[in-house]
Amino acid sequence: MSQAKMTSLQRVLTTLGHQEPDRVPFFLLLTMHGAKELGMSIKEYFSKAGNVVEGQLRLRAKYRHDCIYNFFYAPLEIEAWGGGVVYHEDGPPNSGVPFIKDIQDIKNLEIPDVKTTPCLTKVIESASLLKQKVGDDAPIIGVVMSPFSLPVMQMGFDKYIELMYEHPDLFQHLMKINEEFCVQWANAQLEAGTTAICFFDPVSSTTITTKEMYLKTGFKVAKRTIARIKGPTATHMASGGCLAIVDDIAQTGTAIVGVSKHESLLSLKEACRNKLTILGNLNGIEMRRWTPEEAEKIVKDAISDAGPGGGFILSDNHGEIPWQVPDEVLMVISEAAHKWGQYPLS
Amino acid sequence: MTDLVNDFLQALLSLDRLTTKNLLNKYTHQNTSINFIEDVVVVALERIGTEWQKGNIALSQVYMGGRICEDLVDEILPPGDPDRTGQPRMAICVLSDHHKLGETIVYSFLRASGFELLDFGTMEVDELVERVKEEKIKILLISVLMLPSALKIKKVKERVADKELDVKIIVGGAPFRFDNRLWQEVGADAMCATASESVSTINKIIGGVV
Repeated sequence: MSQAKMTSLQRVLTTLGHQEPDRVPFFLLLTMHGAKELGMSIKEYFSKAGNVVEGQLRLRAKYRHDCIYNFFYAPLEIEAWGGGVVYHEDGPPNSGVPFIKDIQDIKNLEIPDVKTTPCLTKVIESASLLKQKVGDDAPIIGVVMSPFSLPVMQMGFDKYIELMYEHPDLFQHLMKINEEFCVQWANAQLEAGTTAICFFDPVSSTTITTKEMYLKTGFKVAKRTIARIKGPTATHMASGGCLAIVDDIAQTGTAIVGVSKHESLLSLKEACRNKLTILGNLNGIEMRRWTPEEAEKIVKDAISDAGPGGGFILSDNHGEIPWQVPDEVLMVISEAAHKWGQYPLS
Repeated sequence: MTDLVNDFLQALLSLDRLTTKNLLNKYTHQNTSINFIEDVVVVALERIGTEWQKGNIALSQVYMGGRICEDLVDEILPPGDPDRTGQPRMAICVLSDHHKLGETIVYSFLRASGFELLDFGTMEVDELVERVKEEKIKILLISVLMLPSALKIKKVKERVADKELDVKIIVGGAPFRFDNRLWQEVGADAMCATASESVSTINKIIGGVV
C-alpha cells in the first residue's frame, strides 16, 4: 500500500530516521544550471543573491527534486579570505593561485567576518530569501568547506600534504583558525534559514588520506567542528572513498555521508545501516552522455541497492552536477527517481 | 630483490627517507646504483600506483612517496645526466587550473624513474601549443582536475594538428577516472589512471607501441 504524499522536508526527515518515506528523496545538486535557466553567464548569475534564489526555485519546479541547494561555488570561502576566484564560461568558478605562499603566513591569518564580507553576505541573503519562499516544504542546504579540506585551496594540495606530515604545529594552528571560521560561517547560514549544512571534506576521504592519518587529523577536526554547528550536517567526500571510515564518520556527529561511485553502494549500505544516511552516488562526469535507457537503469539500480529501509537520498557522487549535463538527462533522472523510488520498492 | 622492494616500499609509505637511503647503499655494495632505479624504485612506484587504484593507499602517501623517490634518484642520476637527456623531449602541464597535485605527482614519478621532462605549470590552450612548438616537445602530459579542462584537450589536439606538430598527448586526472571513454573523446593518445602508469605508457610510446 502506498503512503500518503509527503513534503520534501518530511520525506528527507523520514529517511534520515532510517524509515521509509513515501518515496526515495532525491537531490539534484545543481548550481550553474540556474544560470542557464536565467539565460545569463555563470559569473553574472553568482553575482547576486536574487539570481541564485530564482535559479534554485526554477530548477526545483522543473525537476521536482527534494532540496534547495544554496551553494554558489567552492572558492567562495577563499574569496572571503582574500584569495582569487577564476570564472569559466562552462564550468564552476575555481580558486586562483593559493594565497598562503609561505607556511609561516599561517601564523598571521585572520578569520573573515561572516557578517560583513560581501561574498558571504550574498549567500546569507539568498538563504534568507529562499526560506521566505520555500518555508518548510523543502530543506535548504547550505555549504561549508571542512576546516581540514579548505587548505587545499588556501595553500595548494602539495604544500598542504607536506604541512600535515612535516609541520604538525603549524597544521594545528591552521586547523584552529579554520575551525573557528567554519563554525561561524555554518551557523550564520543556519540562522538565516538554512536547514542543514553540507560539510565538504574530500581530504578526509580514503582516496586522499590514510585512515591512520584521518583519525589523527580530519576526524578530530570534523568532530570538534560539527559539535559546534547548530544544525544537522551532511559530510560529503566529493567523489572520494569512505567505506573504510564509515564508523568513524558516524562518530563525528554527522547525519549523512556523500559517497563515491567507485565504492559499492551495497557495501556502503551495509556499513551505514542505522548510522548514516547515504547521499549518492550517480556519476556526474559520465552523466552528460547517458542515454535515457542508461539513466533510468542507473537510477533504478541505485535505488534498489540503497533504498530499502530508508537512510538513502539519491544524488550525484560529487556534490555538484557538471554544466555539460544536458537538461534531457536530468529530466530522465527525475522521472526515473519518481517512478522507481516509490515505497514500498518494487 | 623482492624483499628489497618490499622494504623500500614500506619505507616510502612510512615516509622514512633514511631507510630508503640505507637500502640504496646496501644495494650498491653489489650492483651499480643506476640499476636501483629500474630494479627497485620503478617497481615500488608501480606497486604504489596499483595499490592506490585499489583503494589501499592514500593519495598523500602517493605524493610523499614520489617526492622521496625523486630526491633519491636525483642523487643517482642528477638533472642533466646523459642518461636522462637521451630521451624524447617531454613536458607536463596542468590545463586551466592552479591545482597542481596530480601534475606534481606524475612529474616526481617520472623523474624518479629516470626520465627528464619540462614542467610547464598551469597553462591555457594557446600558450601550451606555442610552448610545445618552441620546445620541440614529442611527448606532452596533460593533467586536469575539472571536466571543462578535460574537454579543452580537444582544442589542444586540434591546434597541434593545425601546426602539424608531431607530439603524443597523454592525459590524466579525476575526470578521466570517472569516465573511461573521455580520453578518446578528447583525442588523447593515451590515458593514465595512476602516476605509475605514465612510466609504462611513455616506455610504450618510445618503443613505438602507442
